[in-house]
Amino acid sequence: MISILETVGFYSVAIVILYSGFRVVTTRNLVHTVLWLGMVLGSTAVVFLMLSAPFLAAIQIILYTGGILTLMLFGVMLTHRDYGFTTVPNDSRTQLQAAVLGVFTFGVLAFGILATPNLPSQPAAVPNTQKLGEAFLTEHVLAFEVLSLLLLAAVLGAIVLARKQDPQVDGEVDGPRIPSRRVGQPQKG
Amino acid sequence: MELTHYLLLAAALFSLGLYGVASRPNAVGLLASIELMANAVNLNLVAFSRFQGQQTGQIFALFATAITVAEVVVGLALVIVLFRSRGDVRLDLAKELKG
Repeated sequence: MISILETVGFYSVAIVILYSGFRVVTTRNLVHTVLWLGMVLGSTAVVFLMLSAPFLAAIQIILYTGGILTLMLFGVMLTHRDYGFTTVPNDSRTQLQAAVLGVFTFGVLAFGILATPNLPSQPAAVPNTQKLGEAFLTEHVLAFEVLSLLLLAAVLGAIVLARKQDPQVDGEVDGPRIPSRRVGQPQKG
Repeated sequence: MELTHYLLLAAALFSLGLYGVASRPNAVGLLASIELMANAVNLNLVAFSRFQGQQTGQIFALFATAITVAEVVVGLALVIVLFRSRGDVRLDLAKELKG
């Protein structure tokens, strides 16, 4: 009974994930793309729960649907002034090539998965969140600290890249600037 | 559920993301497709962790998640710079560096 429920649940979630993923790569409205991406990421959290990884599922929801989706919506709205947010699709030849690439990759991966002998078929005993935390701060503590440095560097890099260059603060920038076509803003300097 | 099902799901998701990366001309759409691929990889890691009974897969997935977040932050900053310098974010038109 439990296993039937698990199978039905898995296939339902898998269908939701794959359909949403298909919409992510085909929808032309960018806001809808980001929302479909949220659907994929949320459903993946459900799969994580089915795989007995509740901590990862929570992180997935907090970080992705809470953080990344908001960021990407900001990105869409800061860079698209037309309210339809529709994008121009690539020409059909590029799309055909991309589809061939995707299908070929899936074929290779599926062949590799199905041809691998001795893949475990039964779930093993699973570590709990307490064990995860202990491993984080003992065995993997160096990677943990390096990761915090990486996040700091990413934040600083994002600020440096995205802030406006102010001639009064920065002085004259050496070398030729990128010719700026600031839409809807008077040119400074 | 066997491990194979989870792996096939992740492979399909990865291929969808690859199709998106290759076909999307828009920078934000491209970032969304990259997210799909990273998500598929995480799914693989967690599935292996579950079926091998080891926690290292989950730890690796957590690290990968954090790095993906950093990547999206810098990627969106680049998109905004691209928009500021060109007025649009179509990657097929941004070929100033092409020789």
